[in-house]
Formats: sequence, C-alpha cells, structure tokens
Amino acid sequence: MSNIYYSQTHEYVRVDGNIGYVGITDYAQHALGNIVYVDMPEVDDDVTAGEEFGAVESVKAASDLISPVSGAVVEINEHLIDNPRLVNENAMENWIIKVELSDKSELDELLDEAAYKALCESESAH
Amino acid sequence: MTHRYFPHTPEDIKVMLERCNLATLDDLYSDVPDNLKLNRNYDLPSEMSETEVRNFFKKLADKNVSELTCFAGAGYYDHYSPSVIPALLSRSEFLTAYTPYQPEISQGTLQYIFEYQSMMASLTGMEVSNASMYDGSTATAEAMMMAVAHARKRNRVLVSATVNPAVRKVIDTYAHYHNVVVDTIAEDNGTTSRADLEAKIGEGNVAGVIVASPNFYGILEDYTGIADLCHANKALLIMNCVASALGAIKTPGEWGADIAVGDAQSLGMSLSYGGPYLGYMCCTKALIRKMPGRIVGATTDENGRRVFVLTLQAREQHIRRDKATSNICSNQGLMALYATMYLSLLGNKGLREINEVSHSGAEYLVNGLTSTGKMRLKYPDRPYLNEFVIEVDGGDVDKFIADGIKQGILPGVKIAPDEILIAVTELQSRSDMDALIMLAKNTFAPNLTPSRHE
Amino acid sequence: MNREYYGKLIFELSREGRKGYKLPKHAVEGSLSDIPSTLMRESAPQLPEVDEPTLVRHYTNLSTNNFGVDTGFYPLGSCTMKYNPKINEEVAAMPAMQKLHPYQPEATVQGALEAYHTLQAALAEIGGMSEFTLNPFAGAHGELTGLMVIRAYHESRGDAKRTKVIVPDSAHGTNPASAAVAGLKVVEVKSLPDGTIDVDALRPLLDDTVAAVMMTNPNTVGIFESRIPEIAQMAHDAGALMYYDGANLNPMVGVARPGDMGFDVMHINLHKTFSTPHGGGGPGSGPVGVRKGLEKFLPNPRVIKRDDGSFALTTNDDALGSISVTLGNFAVEMKALSYILSLGNEGLKNVGPLATLNANYIKSSLNHVYKLPIDRICKHEFVFDGLADKSTGVTTLDVAKRLLDYGYHAPTIYFPLLFHESLMIEPTETESKETLDEFISVMAKIAHEASATPEVVKTAPHNTPISRPDDTAAALNQIVTYADLTQNA
Repeated sequence: MSNIYYSQTHEYVRVDGNIGYVGITDYAQHALGNIVYVDMPEVDDDVTAGEEFGAVESVKAASDLISPVSGAVVEINEHLIDNPRLVNENAMENWIIKVELSDKSELDELLDEAAYKALCESESAH
Repeated sequence: MTHRYFPHTPEDIKVMLERCNLATLDDLYSDVPDNLKLNRNYDLPSEMSETEVRNFFKKLADKNVSELTCFAGAGYYDHYSPSVIPALLSRSEFLTAYTPYQPEISQGTLQYIFEYQSMMASLTGMEVSNASMYDGSTATAEAMMMAVAHARKRNRVLVSATVNPAVRKVIDTYAHYHNVVVDTIAEDNGTTSRADLEAKIGEGNVAGVIVASPNFYGILEDYTGIADLCHANKALLIMNCVASALGAIKTPGEWGADIAVGDAQSLGMSLSYGGPYLGYMCCTKALIRKMPGRIVGATTDENGRRVFVLTLQAREQHIRRDKATSNICSNQGLMALYATMYLSLLGNKGLREINEVSHSGAEYLVNGLTSTGKMRLKYPDRPYLNEFVIEVDGGDVDKFIADGIKQGILPGVKIAPDEILIAVTELQSRSDMDALIMLAKNTFAPNLTPSRHE
Repeated sequence: MNREYYGKLIFELSREGRKGYKLPKHAVEGSLSDIPSTLMRESAPQLPEVDEPTLVRHYTNLSTNNFGVDTGFYPLGSCTMKYNPKINEEVAAMPAMQKLHPYQPEATVQGALEAYHTLQAALAEIGGMSEFTLNPFAGAHGELTGLMVIRAYHESRGDAKRTKVIVPDSAHGTNPASAAVAGLKVVEVKSLPDGTIDVDALRPLLDDTVAAVMMTNPNTVGIFESRIPEIAQMAHDAGALMYYDGANLNPMVGVARPGDMGFDVMHINLHKTFSTPHGGGGPGSGPVGVRKGLEKFLPNPRVIKRDDGSFALTTNDDALGSISVTLGNFAVEMKALSYILSLGNEGLKNVGPLATLNANYIKSSLNHVYKLPIDRICKHEFVFDGLADKSTGVTTLDVAKRLLDYGYHAPTIYFPLLFHESLMIEPTETESKETLDEFISVMAKIAHEASATPEVVKTAPHNTPISRPDDTAAALNQIVTYADLTQNA
C-alpha cells in the first residue's frame, strides 16, 4: 500500500510515520502553469484538514492550498521561497509543508493513487 | 435626438435595429419590467451648450474666494506648480487611457509608473513602491490593514497622537469595520511619548505602530530607537510623511520603518479643494506581496527589449477576490505622472531648495508673529520644518482668519479656539509674510494694552 | 518621433548639473542648518536632473506608446470607455475652483459646495436615491463606503449578527474584496446558465446573518436581472439591504433607476458613466447614494443646503465615520457635473438606449463566428466565449492581442469567470456605426485568420511598440525600481 494520499482539490500528503509531507500534485502544477510564488504558513501554525493553509500563484491566477490533514506545521520548504518553480519541476519531490499528523484516521477520507488518477482523467475530459 | 457626443443618425439607428431584429429602441428593454422603467424625463436642466456650461461654472466660481495668499497647510500645501506638467498631462494618450492591462499598447503608462515607483522609493528611502493610492489618509489606513494582515494573529495598532487628526479619523473608520483595535500613543509636548509607546507596545498584540514626520504640528520628531522597539515586539513601523519634506528630512527608510505612506500633494499639485491628490505607499522588499495596489515591473518582450508590465497581480482583487491584499484597483495614475514629472524637474537640488526657503521663511514668520507679544510658538523647544503652531493668548483665531481673508490672506488652519497651524512654502514672499505679521498686529493690537482703555 | 532615445527611462536622460525649475525670488535666505543633523536625511534621493525641453520630449514620446479613447475604439467590457468631452477639463481647471484650500472657511467656498451639492442631487435623481456622498475616491472605494453604510445601519439597530454579504459568482472582483475590507464574510450564489442569479439558490441563504445582497444590474454578462423586485423583496424580508454596484449603470441611464428596482445603497463610477477620463488608472470617483432614511449614515463630511440657500459642511455622530479627509476628488466631480449639464435631460435619456443598441449590433453581427453562450438581448455589453471554431487552438488572449495589430484596444478578457474564454465587449454610446462596422469586419477577419493562418494570431501582436512581455520573469525577478534595474545589469 502506497504512503501517498490525495485530496479532491489536488493536494497530496506523503506519510512517513507521524509526519506528513504536503504539496500539490503534478496535475495541479501543470494546470497552474509557471508558479511564481508559494504562500506558506509559519512553523508551529496548526493546519486543519479541509481548510486553507496558503496559496500558489502563477502570473495570472492564484489557487488556495487546502490541507488534506490536520496537525502542526513542523517545517516549511524554504527552497520554495527563492525558487517556487521547483514545484513545476517536480511537484511530488518538492513538498510545501511538513505536518505532524494529529489524526491519522483522516487519511481514510483521502483518495489513493488509482482513485486520484481517475479524478484527474474525469477533470481533463471537460 | 442627435447630440454632439452621439454619432447616431436616425438612419443608423434604423439599420442597426434591423440587424438586431428589433423595431424600436424600446425593444432593447423588453426584459425590463414596465413598472421599473422611469417613463419620464429626469428632473434635471435641459441640454446646455459649451457657453452655457462655462457660464454655469463661472457663476459658481464667482461665489468662491480664491487666489488667497495661502499659509494654510495641515497636510496640503500651496507649492509652485510647473506649467509644463498640466500641458503634458492633458495629452489624451495619457488622459484617456485605462489601466494598462494591455502592455503592448500601454508602455507610456507602464514606464512612467516604473519611473514613479523608482523616485518614490528613493525619496522615502524604501526598497519598493506601489503605483500610488487614492490619498494620504487612505494610504495610511491601508498600511494599517497591511500590518494586521502581516501579523496574522495580532490586530492592535498604535497611532501617535501627533498624527494628523483628519488622517486618524480615516484610520479609525477603516479599523472599526476591519476589526482592528486602534490605541493612541500619548503626546508629550508636541511629540510622541516614548514612555507611553513602550508601555503600550509592552501590553502585546501590536501589529503596527503609526507615527508621522513632520508631525501634525510641523515638528520633526526624533525617532531614534523606535524601529528597534517595534521590531523587538514583532510590530511593523509605519511612517506617514509629507512627500515634499522628504527632500530634506530623515527618511522612513533611514529611521528603519517597514512602510512609508502619506500624501504627495505637496509635490506641486494644485489644492483643488481637496482633490485629486496622490497617496503613496512604499515598503521593504520583504513586504512587497502584502502591499495593496498595482505594481509595475521590468521584464523583456519576445524580441529581448526592456519593457514594463503590471506584475504580482495575483495579489489583487480581480484574481484573489475576497482574499486580495486590498479592494483597491484604481491608483491615481495621472497624479502619479504629475509627481514623476515634478520630481524630474526639481530633482534633488530643487526639493532641497524648496525645503530650505520654506524653513527659513517659517522662521522669519515665527519671529515676526511672536514679536507682536500676543502670539507664542506653542512648542518652542521642538524643531520644525515649514509649519508650526501659534498660540494666541485669549485671542480669537476665527477673527484672525476672517480679517486675513478680507485682505486676501488665508492665515492658516485653526486647530483649537486659540491655536492656529501656519505653513510657509517657497511661494510666500517676504512681503506676504510681512502682511501676515501686520495683520496679526492689527487683529490683536487692541489686546496689547487693554488696561489703558478700560 | 524618436522613441529610441527620448523613450529611455528619465534617469537615463539625466545629466548632472541640469535642472528644470526656477523658484520665485525669495528675500529670506534659505537654510536648514539650525535643524539637528540627526533629523535630516543622510543621503540624497536618486532623482534625475533634466532640463524642461528634454522632459517634454521624453513624456511626449512616451505618450505615443499609449492608447486612449481619443486614439481609437476601446471596447473594454465593464469599463465604459466613452468619449471624454474637453469642456469638462476646461471648467474643472478654472482657477477659482482649482486654487481652493480644503480647509478654507465655508463662507469662502460657497461656489464649490454648491457645485458638489448640485452634482449629488443630480446623481440622486438619476439613481433614484435620496442623497449621494461624492467623497469616495474610486469605484472600489465607493463599494467599501456603501458596505460601511450598510454595517452602520445594522449597528444602529443593535443587529450585530449580520456579518455576511451575498455576492453572485459573476460579480466584479472588487465586490468580494470590498466586503472583506469592510469586515464582511462573502457568500457566493450561483448563476443560472442564462447568466442571471439563481433565485432559488439565493432564498435559503437569506437569514438573519446577512447584511446585504450585492449585485449589479445588468449583471456582468450584460443581462438585465428581470427578477430584481422579487430578489429585493426577499432580501428586505430577511432584514438585509440591497447594494447596487454601479459599474454597469450606463445602459440604465435614461431608462430605469436602481432606487426603483429596490436597491438601498449604490455607487456610481463617475469615470465610467459620467465620462471623466480614466487617466491610465485614475483619479476616479465613486459617489455613494442611499435611499431615504439612510442619509445620516453617509460619511463625514456631508454638504447640506441651509434654509437661507447657503451651503455648509456638516458632520454627525450617526455617520459611518470618515473615508476621506476632504470631499473626494473634487476636480473629477466637476468634470462629471459638466457632462451632466452638457447632456441635459435630452441627452441623458439616450445614453442607455444608444449604448445598448451598439452592443446588440456588434453581438448580432458576430455571433456566427464567435461563440455566444447567452443568446438574449444584452444591455451595454455582452460576452463571447472565444471563437466559435474551437479546433484552431487560438485563444481569447490571442484574439485580444491580434486586435491590437488592427488598431483597437482589446475587450476585457477572461472575465467573467463563468466561461473559459470570456471576451467581454462594451462599445458605449459615443461610437459611430462606421466604427462598429470596421470593428466587426476586423473581428470577423481575425476569426478567419484563426483557421487560415493560426500562427499569425497566436504570435500577435506584430505591429505594436513591443511584443508580448515575459510576465513570469517579471513576477520572479521583481525589478520594480531603477535601482533594481541597475543592480541587475
């Protein structure tokens, strides 16, 4: 079973023990185009599943980041401050925040890879 | 139906309606319920010719008392206005363009905004500037909201009692609706009380501190250490400055401020009974994404040419909607062009010269007015630039002003029954100042020796 | 014209020792030496040093890189780019108006106050409102002021629960942004496929937490909301007020009034409906009107007419507060008054119908080559959803850029958000049939090019002073001052 889970709003969380690495999917980065800014929370902030924790901006659009999980932010990806395009280059590698998960049962509400793939296919069909 | 602004002939209308498969102009409104239609003329005057419009305004203008020698300031100053500026502003490529959304045909606007940003950033000693704001008061209120957005969880802002009270009212209004708590830092003999600032910032929850330079009384305050105090408490320092004064006085950047705001009317703009003026906002580069309003940046086009574009637009209302940094969308475009031309013509030396003669003129006037014996400088041990508060012992400021107007002089702005705020710029000649001193003598002279007559 | 040289940055035309000013002779020797040096600036500002002729050449050349309403047709949707009459500029610049200090005693500014009062009363008649404040500096500032009026009204009744404002998903971006600044939470209500508000979706949202319903009519797709009386009734029954975003007032001028539609508070963009020039983004003016009973909540200061016929500035405690120090962009207000007087009754009643005729004429002439998602009579503007032929890969952005090549300003693009390829066209009443015919033939030609030579359209513009700029680099590099530029060089 994979340790990566997906949300309907195109964020992922890669789980490693009690830690979740949250970012946006390759599909999402592609839809946004050239990313010029990632608005991130601060370390020690709490994020809540289903709620906004930041935003990614391209030149002419901005997309809210919705956290797939709840917990405290233990680290933000500081590389993205100077080089937000890393998300375009490799979205899965370049996570945005690292969260200490407060409720792992939330993962059950998320999509697995197959379900997420199906979601993307149905969205691109429009 | 033809009016000189409407090109439509009856034949045009007929042909155009046919294209739309409609018979009459009323058919264009078949979707508007009849009971919502006005079905009458407005209760307004009949169409006027240009001559009639001109006469209408001439009649109104004649009811004003204008062309006064202006010693009034309180934020808005009568400065020399180079005639070349209105001539260039009236070029319709500048005047009748919209916001530069299409950079390929808007380089004129975009480039002057870039020049404006460069000049304002340098004038304030800050790293970046936006494309301008409505006026100084709303710019200050926006800075307050910016500080609160930056602080995220803190919503208290401290405002010095020496900030212009008219600006303070606007700050208070925005704060009330935007859920910001505003506390006043007490005044200490015309300046911001350091002790009170330390006490109030120590209470916590402070997102920003707002001070002014020159302050409302025209005083140049010593803000040494204030920026460190703010930053130690994670608060932003916001400094409201008269733009023209920044040609000489220590800048917000040099004081260590995070945001510089204020009115730039003092850069030669006509007083125009309150507007249009120009608000400015500059800040550190770290805060650029929190800054409201438009920002122009340099880049290259497909042929590698240096060009200018609106940038960081994803902060703005048309993209972020309710999460935007502000609801602002217009700037004061044409007034930003005014400021750009003014600063180019005057340069560093001209601005300095204006401050020098204004300051020396103010000193001359203070000496003359206080020599009457009935007028006192309210804050004698505080340094001022070109504006100062005069206290009139038992005097009637209203009468002083009324007497002045009879002689073609606007002596200043009344700020208390016995206090008047007086400003001097490069436009008031020595004889203008002597006339004001004479006026003071005449208005208050009977009071000089009341006992002999009673 | 020498854009290459005179079009450089003004800093690059600067030479040490030049100057462009001469101050009046001053008998008092100027000096700042008595002020403590700790209070003076340490380094001089980096300002150019230029002579007057060079400055004039520079800005004249720069202006030729611009496009204004006087240059050509400017069908920018929702912006009402009508002709800006020149008499307006002349009267607004009268010295006896222009040289007034905002703190002059009331008795010395009676003409200015009368002009303000005359314009506010005229706007009240046109809007069907009781009184207007002219103090807001722009449309968005007017929205904010209007929402503050609404909050002040609810507060005065002790009704603190009302913290939400309902906004259609087709609304202008300023609406939700203004609501957020005014401390209100935005609730979006969906539009129906015909572009009008979904009344059935609105109904359940109207509870005792709603402060206002904020709408524009006609809406942003140019369709008149015929069910507006019913919507107003529902909102009022729920205790909410109705806010009218005046950005789309132009087609209603002479025909119908927001006050009669049931709106309680509205703003008007003088720089749209009343022909004051946009100035490359300002100064604008966004007067706010209220129905009877709400006047006392208008911002301080207010201008009133006394019984003796004189005019006075007043403040009152019920007011929402102050949103400006002064009476707004006064000179802009004078231009709008001049326009209203120039048109008079006879002219004003034709503004809406002729603007609406022009929009429908373009729509009916191009709906075979551009996709018309809502096929109804429109008002002053309408929206195409890009080209009818979707197989070419040519986008709305490409069409917009190609229009620049043919000497037109582009329409508003990618707004409203209801359609992927929105192309929003607003012609205004001051355009002739010949201008529209030319525009229509160019639009048709571009549609043809999109199939025949798509690369030409996709790489447009070709005939403008510059080609497409690299927006991504601009956002990443953030070169926003001349100092940044020289450091990066």
